Amino acid sequence: MTSLTSHDSGAEQTHTRWSGLLANQVFWVAVATVLACIVLSFATNSFATSQNLFNVTRNFAFVAIVALGMTAVIVTAGIDLSVGSTIGLAGVVISVVMHAGFSIWIGIAAALLSAVAVGLVNGILIAYVGMQPFVVTLGMLSVGRSLAMVISQNRTIFEFGPDGGKLLALGGGSTFGIANPVLVLIVLALAMGFIFRFTRWGRHIFAVGGNERAANLTGVPVRRRKCSVYVLCGLMAGIAAVLEVGWLGAVTTGLGTGDELRVIAATVVGGANLMGGVGSAFGAVIGAALIEVIRNSLILLGVNSFWQGTFVGSFIILAVLFNRLSRSGND
Amino acid sequence: MAVLELNGISKHFGAIRALNNVTLSLEAGEVLGLMGDNGAGKSTIVKIIAGNFLPSEGEIRVEGRPVRFHRPIDARDNGIEVVYQDLALCDNLTAAANVYLGRELRRGIGPFKIIDYKTMYSRSRELFAELKSETRPRDLVRQMSGGQRQAVAIARTRLSQARIVLMDEPTAAISVRQVAEVLQLIERLRDQGIAVILISHRMPDVFTVADRVAVMRRGRKVADKRVADSSPEEVTGLITGALEVA
Repeated sequence: MTSLTSHDSGAEQTHTRWSGLLANQVFWVAVATVLACIVLSFATNSFATSQNLFNVTRNFAFVAIVALGMTAVIVTAGIDLSVGSTIGLAGVVISVVMHAGFSIWIGIAAALLSAVAVGLVNGILIAYVGMQPFVVTLGMLSVGRSLAMVISQNRTIFEFGPDGGKLLALGGGSTFGIANPVLVLIVLALAMGFIFRFTRWGRHIFAVGGNERAANLTGVPVRRRKCSVYVLCGLMAGIAAVLEVGWLGAVTTGLGTGDELRVIAATVVGGANLMGGVGSAFGAVIGAALIEVIRNSLILLGVNSFWQGTFVGSFIILAVLFNRLSRSGND
Repeated sequence: MAVLELNGISKHFGAIRALNNVTLSLEAGEVLGLMGDNGAGKSTIVKIIAGNFLPSEGEIRVEGRPVRFHRPIDARDNGIEVVYQDLALCDNLTAAANVYLGRELRRGIGPFKIIDYKTMYSRSRELFAELKSETRPRDLVRQMSGGQRQAVAIARTRLSQARIVLMDEPTAAISVRQVAEVLQLIERLRDQGIAVILISHRMPDVFTVADRVAVMRRGRKVADKRVADSSPEEVTGLITGALEVA
Protein backbone atom coordinates (compact mmCIF):
# COMPACT_ATOMS: atom_id res chain seq x y z
CA MET A 1 0.00 0.00 0.00
CA THR A 2 0.99 3.57 -0.37
CA SER A 3 1.77 5.69 2.60
CA LEU A 4 -0.61 8.33 1.29
CA THR A 5 -3.87 6.55 1.56
CA SER A 6 -5.57 3.40 2.63
CA HIS A 7 -7.07 3.43 -0.80
CA ASP A 8 -9.06 0.32 -1.40
CA SER A 9 -8.43 -2.73 0.62
CA GLY A 10 -5.97 -0.64 2.59
CA ALA A 11 -3.31 -3.28 2.39
CA GLU A 12 -2.44 -4.06 -1.18
CA GLN A 13 1.11 -5.08 -1.72
CA THR A 14 1.24 -6.46 -5.18
CA HIS A 15 2.79 -3.31 -6.48
CA THR A 16 5.99 -2.01 -5.10
CA ARG A 17 5.61 1.11 -3.03
CA TRP A 18 6.49 3.42 -5.92
CA SER A 19 4.61 1.81 -8.78
CA GLY A 20 1.58 1.58 -6.50
CA LEU A 21 1.86 5.26 -5.81
CA LEU A 22 2.07 6.12 -9.49
CA ALA A 23 -1.02 4.04 -10.24
CA ASN A 24 -2.97 5.80 -7.54
CA GLN A 25 -5.48 8.44 -8.58
CA VAL A 26 -5.37 10.14 -5.18
CA PHE A 27 -1.65 10.68 -5.57
CA TRP A 28 -2.08 12.42 -8.93
CA VAL A 29 -4.94 14.56 -7.67
CA ALA A 30 -2.75 15.62 -4.75
CA VAL A 31 0.07 16.47 -7.17
CA ALA A 32 -2.33 18.44 -9.34
CA THR A 33 -3.59 20.37 -6.34
CA VAL A 34 -0.11 21.30 -5.19
CA LEU A 35 0.90 22.27 -8.74
CA ALA A 36 -2.21 24.41 -9.14
CA CYS A 37 -1.38 26.18 -5.88
CA ILE A 38 2.21 26.85 -6.97
CA VAL A 39 1.18 28.13 -10.40
CA LEU A 40 -1.50 30.35 -8.89
CA SER A 41 0.96 31.79 -6.38
CA PHE A 42 3.06 33.07 -9.28
CA ALA A 43 0.26 33.89 -11.70
CA THR A 44 -1.72 36.01 -9.28
CA ASN A 45 -0.88 38.36 -6.45
CA SER A 46 -3.91 37.40 -4.46
CA PHE A 47 -3.79 33.58 -4.22
CA ALA A 48 -1.01 33.09 -1.72
CA THR A 49 -2.32 35.68 0.71
CA SER A 50 -3.25 34.34 4.11
CA GLN A 51 -6.76 35.77 3.74
CA ASN A 52 -7.36 33.94 0.46
CA LEU A 53 -5.93 30.67 1.74
CA PHE A 54 -8.09 31.00 4.82
CA ASN A 55 -11.12 31.42 2.55
CA VAL A 56 -10.19 28.58 0.23
CA THR A 57 -9.69 26.09 3.04
CA ARG A 58 -12.89 27.12 4.77
CA ASN A 59 -14.91 26.99 1.53
CA PHE A 60 -13.83 23.50 0.66
CA ALA A 61 -14.27 22.25 4.23
CA PHE A 62 -18.07 22.21 3.89
CA VAL A 63 -17.95 20.17 0.71
CA ALA A 64 -15.18 17.91 2.01
CA ILE A 65 -17.04 17.08 5.24
CA VAL A 66 -20.04 15.85 3.25
CA ALA A 67 -17.70 14.11 0.79
CA LEU A 68 -16.45 11.95 3.67
CA GLY A 69 -19.97 10.62 4.11
CA MET A 70 -20.49 10.39 0.36
CA THR A 71 -17.31 8.30 0.10
CA ALA A 72 -18.85 5.69 2.40
CA VAL A 73 -22.01 5.67 0.26
CA ILE A 74 -20.12 5.39 -3.03
CA VAL A 75 -17.85 2.68 -1.63
CA THR A 76 -20.97 0.52 -1.21
CA ALA A 77 -21.81 1.27 -4.87
CA GLY A 78 -24.57 3.66 -3.85
CA ILE A 79 -25.15 7.36 -4.45
CA ASP A 80 -26.78 10.07 -2.35
CA LEU A 81 -28.28 12.93 -4.36
CA SER A 82 -30.13 14.33 -1.36
CA VAL A 83 -27.17 15.83 0.53
CA GLY A 84 -27.70 19.36 -0.82
CA SER A 85 -31.31 19.36 0.34
CA THR A 86 -30.28 17.79 3.64
CA ILE A 87 -27.91 20.70 4.20
CA GLY A 88 -30.79 23.07 3.44
CA LEU A 89 -33.18 21.25 5.76
CA ALA A 90 -30.72 20.95 8.66
CA GLY A 91 -29.70 24.61 8.20
CA VAL A 92 -33.31 25.74 8.36
CA VAL A 93 -34.01 23.50 11.36
CA ILE A 94 -31.17 24.90 13.48
CA SER A 95 -32.13 28.46 12.49
CA VAL A 96 -35.81 28.04 13.30
CA VAL A 97 -35.11 26.26 16.61
CA MET A 98 -32.58 28.87 17.74
CA HIS A 99 -34.73 31.73 16.43
CA ALA A 100 -37.46 30.41 18.71
CA GLY A 101 -35.13 30.99 21.65
CA PHE A 102 -33.69 27.55 22.28
CA SER A 103 -30.01 27.08 23.09
CA ILE A 104 -27.36 26.28 20.50
CA TRP A 105 -27.10 22.69 21.81
CA ILE A 106 -30.78 22.02 21.23
CA GLY A 107 -30.45 23.67 17.83
CA ILE A 108 -27.50 21.51 16.83
CA ALA A 109 -29.20 18.37 18.13
CA ALA A 110 -32.36 19.16 16.16
CA ALA A 111 -30.39 19.91 12.98
CA LEU A 112 -28.34 16.71 13.22
CA LEU A 113 -31.44 14.66 14.04
CA SER A 114 -33.28 15.99 11.01
CA ALA A 115 -30.27 15.23 8.80
CA VAL A 116 -29.95 11.73 10.24
CA ALA A 117 -33.69 11.21 9.70
CA VAL A 118 -33.30 11.99 6.00
CA GLY A 119 -30.37 9.53 5.85
CA LEU A 120 -32.38 6.90 7.70
CA VAL A 121 -35.31 7.17 5.27
CA ASN A 122 -32.85 6.85 2.38
CA GLY A 123 -31.11 3.91 4.04
CA ILE A 124 -34.27 1.99 4.89
CA LEU A 125 -35.75 2.38 1.42
CA ILE A 126 -32.48 1.38 -0.24
CA ALA A 127 -31.22 -1.37 2.06
CA TYR A 128 -34.42 -2.96 3.36
CA VAL A 129 -37.01 -2.17 0.67
CA GLY A 130 -34.41 -2.71 -2.04
CA MET A 131 -35.02 0.42 -4.09
CA GLN A 132 -32.40 2.02 -6.29
CA PRO A 133 -30.25 4.62 -4.50
CA PHE A 134 -30.56 7.01 -7.43
CA VAL A 135 -34.36 7.04 -7.34
CA VAL A 136 -34.73 7.19 -3.56
CA THR A 137 -32.25 9.99 -3.01
CA LEU A 138 -33.51 11.95 -6.00
CA GLY A 139 -36.93 11.84 -4.38
CA MET A 140 -35.49 12.92 -1.04
CA LEU A 141 -33.69 15.78 -2.79
CA SER A 142 -37.12 17.19 -3.56
CA VAL A 143 -38.69 16.22 -0.23
CA GLY A 144 -35.87 17.75 1.83
CA ARG A 145 -35.93 21.06 -0.03
CA SER A 146 -39.68 21.27 0.24
CA LEU A 147 -39.65 20.51 3.98
CA ALA A 148 -37.08 23.27 4.46
CA MET A 149 -39.52 25.71 2.84
CA VAL A 150 -42.44 24.42 4.90
CA ILE A 151 -40.54 24.72 8.18
CA SER A 152 -39.19 28.22 7.52
CA GLN A 153 -42.23 29.45 5.56
CA ASN A 154 -39.58 30.28 2.98
CA ARG A 155 -38.31 33.21 5.05
CA THR A 156 -34.68 34.22 5.33
CA ILE A 157 -33.56 33.79 8.93
CA PHE A 158 -30.74 35.90 10.33
CA GLU A 159 -31.76 36.16 13.99
CA PHE A 160 -30.59 33.12 15.93
CA GLY A 161 -31.92 34.00 19.38
CA PRO A 162 -29.88 34.32 22.58
CA ASP A 163 -27.17 31.87 21.45
CA GLY A 164 -26.78 33.46 18.01
CA GLY A 165 -23.30 34.74 18.81
CA LYS A 166 -22.10 31.25 19.66
CA LEU A 167 -23.40 29.88 16.37
CA LEU A 168 -21.66 32.61 14.36
CA ALA A 169 -18.44 31.99 16.30
CA LEU A 170 -18.68 28.25 15.71
CA GLY A 171 -19.06 28.45 11.95
CA GLY A 172 -17.38 31.73 11.16
CA GLY A 173 -14.63 31.87 13.75
CA SER A 174 -11.20 30.35 13.83
CA THR A 175 -8.94 28.63 16.32
CA PHE A 176 -5.13 28.94 16.16
CA GLY A 177 -5.60 30.83 12.87
CA ILE A 178 -7.44 27.95 11.22
CA ALA A 179 -11.11 28.32 10.35
CA ASN A 180 -13.30 26.19 12.63
CA PRO A 181 -14.91 24.25 9.76
CA VAL A 182 -11.41 23.25 8.63
CA LEU A 183 -10.59 21.97 12.11
CA VAL A 184 -13.80 19.98 12.15
CA LEU A 185 -12.92 18.60 8.73
CA ILE A 186 -9.44 17.55 9.90
CA VAL A 187 -10.86 15.72 12.91
CA LEU A 188 -13.59 14.02 10.88
CA ALA A 189 -11.22 13.07 8.05
CA LEU A 190 -8.76 11.47 10.46
CA ALA A 191 -11.62 9.68 12.21
CA MET A 192 -13.10 8.40 8.95
CA GLY A 193 -9.71 7.36 7.60
CA PHE A 194 -9.21 5.33 10.76
CA ILE A 195 -12.73 3.90 10.71
CA PHE A 196 -12.50 2.85 7.05
CA ARG A 197 -9.33 0.90 7.71
CA PHE A 198 -9.47 -0.35 11.26
CA THR A 199 -13.07 -1.15 12.07
CA ARG A 200 -15.25 -4.03 11.07
CA TRP A 201 -17.81 -1.54 9.73
CA GLY A 202 -15.16 -0.01 7.49
CA ARG A 203 -14.01 -3.33 6.08
CA HIS A 204 -17.59 -4.43 5.55
CA ILE A 205 -18.62 -1.46 3.43
CA PHE A 206 -15.69 -2.18 1.11
CA ALA A 207 -16.77 -5.82 0.93
CA VAL A 208 -20.36 -4.80 0.15
CA GLY A 209 -19.12 -2.55 -2.65
CA GLY A 210 -16.73 -5.20 -3.96
CA ASN A 211 -19.17 -8.11 -4.09
CA GLU A 212 -22.45 -7.66 -2.29
CA ARG A 213 -23.50 -11.27 -2.75
CA ALA A 214 -20.21 -12.57 -1.36
CA ALA A 215 -20.48 -10.24 1.60
CA ASN A 216 -23.97 -11.52 2.29
CA LEU A 217 -22.96 -15.16 1.97
CA THR A 218 -20.03 -14.76 4.34
CA GLY A 219 -22.21 -13.26 7.04
CA VAL A 220 -21.60 -9.54 6.60
CA PRO A 221 -24.81 -7.75 7.73
CA VAL A 222 -25.20 -6.18 4.30
CA ARG A 223 -28.53 -4.44 4.83
CA ARG A 224 -27.52 -2.84 8.09
CA ARG A 225 -24.23 -1.67 6.57
CA LYS A 226 -25.93 -0.24 3.50
CA CYS A 227 -28.48 1.57 5.65
CA SER A 228 -25.74 2.94 7.91
CA VAL A 229 -23.79 4.66 5.13
CA TYR A 230 -26.79 6.82 4.21
CA VAL A 231 -27.32 7.72 7.86
CA LEU A 232 -23.63 8.67 8.09
CA CYS A 233 -23.87 10.71 4.90
CA GLY A 234 -26.92 12.52 6.29
CA LEU A 235 -25.10 13.19 9.55
CA MET A 236 -22.13 14.68 7.69
CA ALA A 237 -24.50 16.92 5.72
CA GLY A 238 -26.03 18.01 9.03
CA ILE A 239 -22.63 18.87 10.52
CA ALA A 240 -21.71 20.83 7.39
CA ALA A 241 -25.05 22.66 7.57
CA VAL A 242 -24.53 23.77 11.19
CA LEU A 243 -21.09 25.15 10.36
CA GLU A 244 -22.25 26.77 7.14
CA VAL A 245 -25.15 28.54 8.86
CA GLY A 246 -22.75 29.92 11.47
CA TRP A 247 -20.42 31.13 8.74
CA LEU A 248 -23.10 32.74 6.54
CA GLY A 249 -25.01 34.29 9.43
CA ALA A 250 -28.25 33.99 7.49
CA VAL A 251 -30.23 31.08 6.10
CA THR A 252 -32.44 30.91 3.06
CA THR A 253 -34.18 27.76 1.91
CA GLY A 254 -31.73 27.75 -0.99
CA LEU A 255 -28.88 26.73 1.36
CA GLY A 256 -26.90 23.85 -0.14
CA THR A 257 -28.64 23.90 -3.51
CA GLY A 258 -26.48 22.04 -6.01
CA ASP A 259 -24.06 20.89 -3.32
CA GLU A 260 -24.77 17.24 -4.16
CA LEU A 261 -22.94 17.79 -7.44
CA ARG A 262 -19.91 19.42 -5.82
CA VAL A 263 -19.79 16.70 -3.16
CA ILE A 264 -20.04 13.85 -5.64
CA ALA A 265 -17.44 15.56 -7.84
CA ALA A 266 -15.05 15.85 -4.90
CA THR A 267 -15.58 12.20 -3.96
CA VAL A 268 -15.10 10.88 -7.47
CA VAL A 269 -12.15 13.16 -8.26
CA GLY A 270 -10.68 11.84 -5.00
CA GLY A 271 -10.59 8.34 -6.45
CA ALA A 272 -13.85 6.78 -5.25
CA ASN A 273 -15.28 4.45 -7.88
CA LEU A 274 -19.00 4.79 -8.64
CA MET A 275 -19.06 1.03 -9.24
CA GLY A 276 -18.22 0.56 -5.57
CA GLY A 277 -15.42 -0.99 -3.53
CA VAL A 278 -12.89 1.84 -3.90
CA GLY A 279 -12.51 5.14 -2.08
CA SER A 280 -10.70 6.83 0.79
CA ALA A 281 -11.16 9.62 3.31
CA PHE A 282 -7.98 11.34 2.20
CA GLY A 283 -9.15 11.13 -1.41
CA ALA A 284 -12.44 12.84 -0.56
CA VAL A 285 -10.60 15.73 1.11
CA ILE A 286 -8.02 16.15 -1.61
CA GLY A 287 -10.72 15.92 -4.31
CA ALA A 288 -12.67 18.70 -2.62
CA ALA A 289 -9.47 20.73 -2.28
CA LEU A 290 -8.60 20.47 -5.97
CA ILE A 291 -12.07 21.54 -7.06
CA GLU A 292 -12.05 24.52 -4.71
CA VAL A 293 -8.56 25.60 -5.76
CA ILE A 294 -9.60 25.50 -9.42
CA ARG A 295 -12.83 27.36 -8.64
CA ASN A 296 -10.90 29.97 -6.68
CA SER A 297 -8.36 30.35 -9.45
CA LEU A 298 -11.11 31.03 -11.98
CA ILE A 299 -12.32 33.88 -9.81
CA LEU A 300 -8.82 35.25 -9.23
CA LEU A 301 -7.99 35.01 -12.93
CA GLY A 302 -11.11 36.99 -13.74
CA VAL A 303 -13.06 34.18 -15.47
CA ASN A 304 -16.79 34.78 -15.49
CA SER A 305 -18.31 32.84 -12.58
CA PHE A 306 -20.99 31.45 -14.90
CA TRP A 307 -18.31 29.03 -16.09
CA GLN A 308 -18.00 27.32 -12.69
CA GLY A 309 -20.72 24.76 -13.33
CA THR A 310 -19.03 23.76 -16.56
CA PHE A 311 -15.81 23.08 -14.70
CA VAL A 312 -17.39 21.08 -11.86
CA GLY A 313 -19.43 19.00 -14.30
CA SER A 314 -16.43 18.36 -16.55
CA PHE A 315 -14.44 17.30 -13.51
CA ILE A 316 -16.90 14.53 -12.65
CA ILE A 317 -16.86 13.25 -16.20
CA LEU A 318 -13.07 13.40 -16.44
CA ALA A 319 -12.60 11.66 -13.11
CA VAL A 320 -14.90 8.79 -14.08
CA LEU A 321 -13.17 8.55 -17.45
CA PHE A 322 -9.76 8.44 -15.76
CA ASN A 323 -11.06 5.75 -13.44
CA ARG A 324 -12.27 3.65 -16.37
CA LEU A 325 -9.03 4.02 -18.28
CA SER A 326 -6.78 3.07 -15.38
CA ARG A 327 -9.06 0.13 -14.62
CA SER A 328 -9.14 -1.27 -18.13
CA GLY A 329 -5.35 -0.97 -18.11
CA ASN A 330 -5.25 -3.27 -15.09
CA ASP A 331 -7.47 -6.04 -16.35
CA MET B 1 -23.91 -40.90 14.49
CA ALA B 2 -24.50 -38.80 11.43
CA VAL B 3 -22.99 -35.30 11.56
CA LEU B 4 -25.67 -34.00 9.26
CA GLU B 5 -29.17 -35.30 8.65
CA LEU B 6 -31.92 -33.95 6.45
CA ASN B 7 -35.31 -35.48 7.21
CA GLY B 8 -38.13 -35.02 4.73
CA ILE B 9 -36.96 -31.64 3.47
CA SER B 10 -39.24 -29.87 1.00
CA LYS B 11 -38.96 -26.39 -0.41
CA HIS B 12 -41.45 -24.56 -2.55
CA PHE B 13 -41.24 -21.17 -4.15
CA GLY B 14 -44.87 -20.28 -4.78
CA ALA B 15 -46.27 -23.07 -6.90
CA ILE B 16 -42.83 -24.43 -7.80
CA ARG B 17 -41.65 -27.40 -5.77
CA ALA B 18 -37.87 -27.17 -5.82
CA LEU B 19 -37.37 -29.98 -3.31
CA ASN B 20 -39.73 -32.79 -2.49
CA ASN B 21 -39.32 -34.81 0.71
CA VAL B 22 -35.55 -35.22 0.56
CA THR B 23 -33.82 -37.28 3.23
CA LEU B 24 -30.04 -37.38 3.38
CA SER B 25 -27.42 -38.16 5.98
CA LEU B 26 -23.70 -37.71 6.18
CA GLU B 27 -21.06 -39.29 8.43
CA ALA B 28 -17.86 -37.67 9.65
CA GLY B 29 -15.00 -38.22 7.24
CA GLU B 30 -17.34 -39.09 4.41
CA VAL B 31 -17.39 -37.50 0.97
CA LEU B 32 -20.83 -37.45 -0.63
CA GLY B 33 -21.10 -36.67 -4.32
CA LEU B 34 -24.37 -34.85 -4.96
CA MET B 35 -25.32 -35.05 -8.62
CA GLY B 36 -28.18 -34.02 -10.83
CA ASP B 37 -29.05 -32.01 -13.90
CA ASN B 38 -29.62 -28.26 -13.86
CA GLY B 39 -32.75 -27.48 -11.88
CA ALA B 40 -32.78 -30.89 -10.17
CA GLY B 41 -32.57 -29.25 -6.74
CA LYS B 42 -28.87 -29.48 -5.92
CA SER B 43 -28.43 -25.77 -5.36
CA THR B 44 -31.60 -25.59 -3.30
CA ILE B 45 -30.28 -28.29 -0.97
CA VAL B 46 -26.99 -26.44 -0.65
CA LYS B 47 -28.75 -23.19 0.12
CA ILE B 48 -30.94 -24.79 2.76
CA ILE B 49 -27.98 -26.45 4.48
CA ALA B 50 -26.00 -23.20 4.24
CA GLY B 51 -28.79 -21.15 5.84
CA ASN B 52 -29.63 -19.03 2.79
CA PHE B 53 -33.24 -20.02 3.19
CA LEU B 54 -35.41 -22.12 5.46
CA PRO B 55 -36.99 -25.35 4.25
CA SER B 56 -40.77 -25.25 3.76
CA GLU B 57 -41.06 -28.61 5.48
CA GLY B 58 -38.77 -31.08 7.16
CA GLU B 59 -36.01 -31.03 9.70
CA ILE B 60 -32.22 -30.59 9.75
CA ARG B 61 -30.10 -32.17 12.46
CA VAL B 62 -26.44 -31.47 13.14
CA GLU B 63 -24.87 -34.20 15.28
CA GLY B 64 -28.33 -35.23 16.38
CA ARG B 65 -29.48 -31.75 17.42
CA PRO B 66 -32.37 -30.24 15.48
CA VAL B 67 -31.33 -26.87 14.02
CA ARG B 68 -32.97 -24.02 12.14
CA PHE B 69 -30.77 -21.76 10.07
CA HIS B 70 -32.28 -18.33 9.50
CA ARG B 71 -29.08 -16.81 8.14
CA PRO B 72 -25.79 -18.15 6.75
CA ILE B 73 -24.11 -17.23 10.02
CA ASP B 74 -26.35 -19.72 11.86
CA ALA B 75 -25.12 -22.56 9.69
CA ARG B 76 -21.56 -21.43 10.15
CA ASP B 77 -22.00 -21.36 13.92
CA ASN B 78 -23.00 -25.02 13.67
CA GLY B 79 -19.78 -25.94 11.89
CA ILE B 80 -21.07 -25.84 8.32
CA GLU B 81 -18.98 -24.06 5.69
CA VAL B 82 -19.69 -23.52 2.02
CA VAL B 83 -17.36 -23.03 -0.90
CA TYR B 84 -19.62 -21.36 -3.45
CA GLN B 85 -19.42 -21.96 -7.14
CA ASP B 86 -18.34 -18.41 -7.86
CA LEU B 87 -16.21 -18.61 -4.68
CA ALA B 88 -17.92 -15.52 -3.22
CA LEU B 89 -14.77 -13.40 -3.16
CA CYS B 90 -14.44 -9.63 -3.12
CA ASP B 91 -12.02 -8.73 -5.91
CA ASN B 92 -11.17 -5.40 -4.33
CA LEU B 93 -9.93 -6.94 -1.08
CA THR B 94 -6.80 -8.88 -0.15
CA ALA B 95 -6.62 -12.65 0.19
CA ALA B 96 -6.49 -12.36 3.97
CA ALA B 97 -9.44 -9.95 4.08
CA ASN B 98 -11.44 -12.45 2.02
CA VAL B 99 -10.50 -15.38 4.24
CA TYR B 100 -11.70 -13.42 7.27
CA LEU B 101 -14.67 -11.76 5.55
CA GLY B 102 -17.58 -11.52 7.97
CA ARG B 103 -15.44 -12.65 10.92
CA GLU B 104 -12.62 -10.16 11.00
CA LEU B 105 -10.23 -10.51 13.91
CA ARG B 106 -10.03 -7.57 16.26
CA ARG B 107 -7.85 -6.57 19.14
CA GLY B 108 -8.20 -3.95 21.82
CA ILE B 109 -9.98 -3.34 25.05
CA GLY B 110 -13.73 -3.25 25.61
CA PRO B 111 -15.54 -1.27 22.92
CA PHE B 112 -12.27 0.08 21.53
CA LYS B 113 -11.38 -2.69 19.13
CA ILE B 114 -9.51 -2.40 15.87
CA ILE B 115 -8.98 -4.89 13.07
CA ASP B 116 -6.01 -7.12 13.82
CA TYR B 117 -4.30 -7.16 10.43
CA LYS B 118 -1.12 -8.74 11.76
CA THR B 119 -2.77 -11.90 13.04
CA MET B 120 -5.05 -12.13 10.01
CA TYR B 121 -2.04 -12.04 7.69
CA SER B 122 0.02 -14.54 9.63
CA ARG B 123 -2.86 -16.99 10.14
CA SER B 124 -3.84 -16.73 6.45
CA ARG B 125 -0.23 -17.41 5.49
CA GLU B 126 -0.34 -20.60 7.59
CA LEU B 127 -3.59 -21.71 6.00
CA PHE B 128 -2.26 -21.17 2.48
CA ALA B 129 0.89 -23.10 3.41
CA GLU B 130 -1.24 -25.99 4.69
CA LEU B 131 -3.05 -25.98 1.37
CA LYS B 132 0.31 -25.89 -0.40
CA SER B 133 -0.87 -22.81 -2.24
CA GLU B 134 1.41 -19.97 -3.26
CA THR B 135 -1.26 -17.41 -2.49
CA ARG B 136 0.09 -14.42 -0.57
CA PRO B 137 -2.15 -12.94 2.14
CA ARG B 138 -1.62 -9.33 1.08
CA ASP B 139 -2.33 -9.82 -2.62
CA LEU B 140 -5.54 -8.47 -4.06
CA VAL B 141 -7.90 -11.20 -5.21
CA ARG B 142 -8.40 -9.26 -8.48
CA GLN B 143 -4.86 -10.16 -9.50
CA MET B 144 -5.03 -13.87 -8.68
CA SER B 145 -5.17 -17.01 -10.79
CA GLY B 146 -8.10 -19.42 -10.63
CA GLY B 147 -6.18 -21.83 -8.40
CA GLN B 148 -5.19 -19.10 -5.97
CA ARG B 149 -8.79 -17.93 -5.77
CA GLN B 150 -9.88 -21.48 -4.96
CA ALA B 151 -7.29 -21.60 -2.21
CA VAL B 152 -8.69 -18.41 -0.70
CA ALA B 153 -12.24 -19.76 -0.71
CA ILE B 154 -11.15 -23.10 0.74
CA ALA B 155 -8.93 -21.47 3.38
CA ARG B 156 -12.10 -19.88 4.72
CA THR B 157 -13.54 -23.27 5.59
CA ARG B 158 -10.40 -24.25 7.50
CA LEU B 159 -10.51 -21.11 9.56
CA SER B 160 -13.43 -22.18 11.67
CA GLN B 161 -12.56 -25.87 12.06
CA ALA B 162 -15.76 -26.68 10.19
CA ARG B 163 -17.01 -30.27 10.47
CA ILE B 164 -19.13 -30.13 7.35
CA VAL B 165 -17.96 -28.53 4.11
CA LEU B 166 -20.23 -28.02 1.11
CA MET B 167 -18.45 -27.54 -2.18
CA ASP B 168 -20.62 -26.23 -5.01
CA GLU B 169 -19.10 -27.16 -8.39
CA PRO B 170 -15.53 -26.51 -7.22
CA THR B 171 -14.06 -27.96 -10.41
CA ALA B 172 -16.40 -26.38 -12.94
CA ALA B 173 -14.18 -23.61 -14.23
CA ILE B 174 -10.57 -24.54 -13.55
CA SER B 175 -7.74 -26.24 -15.37
CA VAL B 176 -7.02 -29.95 -15.25
CA ARG B 177 -4.02 -29.50 -12.97
CA GLN B 178 -6.09 -27.39 -10.60
CA VAL B 179 -8.86 -30.02 -10.57
CA ALA B 180 -6.34 -32.54 -9.27
CA GLU B 181 -5.30 -30.02 -6.60
CA VAL B 182 -8.87 -29.47 -5.48
CA LEU B 183 -9.58 -33.21 -5.35
CA GLN B 184 -6.46 -33.73 -3.23
CA LEU B 185 -7.67 -31.03 -0.94
CA ILE B 186 -11.05 -32.75 -0.55
CA GLU B 187 -9.20 -35.93 0.41
CA ARG B 188 -7.20 -33.96 2.95
CA LEU B 189 -10.40 -32.61 4.47
CA ARG B 190 -11.84 -36.13 4.66
CA ASP B 191 -8.69 -37.48 6.31
CA GLN B 192 -9.23 -34.94 9.07
CA GLY B 193 -12.68 -36.31 9.74
CA ILE B 194 -14.52 -33.54 7.93
CA ALA B 195 -17.70 -34.47 6.10
CA VAL B 196 -17.74 -33.11 2.55
CA ILE B 197 -20.66 -32.70 0.19
CA LEU B 198 -19.34 -32.33 -3.34
CA ILE B 199 -21.88 -30.89 -5.73
CA SER B 200 -20.66 -31.61 -9.21
CA HIS B 201 -21.58 -32.19 -12.82
CA ARG B 202 -18.32 -33.96 -13.45
CA MET B 203 -18.62 -37.72 -13.21
CA PRO B 204 -14.84 -38.41 -12.98
CA ASP B 205 -14.44 -36.09 -10.01
CA VAL B 206 -17.21 -37.75 -8.05
CA PHE B 207 -15.99 -41.24 -8.84
CA THR B 208 -12.42 -40.31 -7.93
CA VAL B 209 -13.03 -38.75 -4.58
CA ALA B 210 -16.51 -39.56 -3.25
CA ASP B 211 -17.44 -42.46 -0.99
CA ARG B 212 -21.12 -42.21 -1.75
CA VAL B 213 -23.18 -40.66 -4.52
CA ALA B 214 -26.67 -39.21 -4.24
CA VAL B 215 -28.62 -38.33 -7.38
CA MET B 216 -31.31 -35.65 -7.59
CA ARG B 217 -33.95 -35.44 -10.27
CA ARG B 218 -36.82 -32.90 -10.34
CA GLY B 219 -36.49 -32.11 -6.66
CA ARG B 220 -36.42 -35.71 -5.48
CA LYS B 221 -33.56 -37.93 -4.40
CA VAL B 222 -33.68 -40.89 -6.79
CA ALA B 223 -30.54 -42.71 -5.65
CA ASP B 224 -28.13 -42.81 -2.72
CA LYS B 225 -25.53 -45.52 -2.83
CA ARG B 226 -21.87 -46.31 -2.36
CA VAL B 227 -19.71 -45.31 -5.28
CA ALA B 228 -18.20 -48.79 -5.27
CA ASP B 229 -21.66 -50.24 -5.90
CA SER B 230 -22.47 -47.90 -8.77
CA SER B 231 -21.03 -46.86 -12.08
CA PRO B 232 -20.85 -43.67 -14.12
CA GLU B 233 -23.27 -45.22 -16.60
CA GLU B 234 -25.83 -45.93 -13.92
CA VAL B 235 -25.52 -42.44 -12.45
CA THR B 236 -25.86 -40.87 -15.89
CA GLY B 237 -29.04 -42.86 -16.42
CA LEU B 238 -30.38 -41.71 -13.06
CA ILE B 239 -29.60 -38.08 -13.77
CA THR B 240 -31.27 -38.06 -17.17
CA GLY B 241 -34.22 -40.16 -16.06
CA ALA B 242 -33.36 -43.12 -18.31
CA LEU B 243 -33.30 -45.11 -15.06
CA GLU B 244 -36.18 -44.38 -12.69
CA VAL B 245 -34.56 -45.53 -9.45
CA ALA B 246 -31.47 -47.48 -8.47
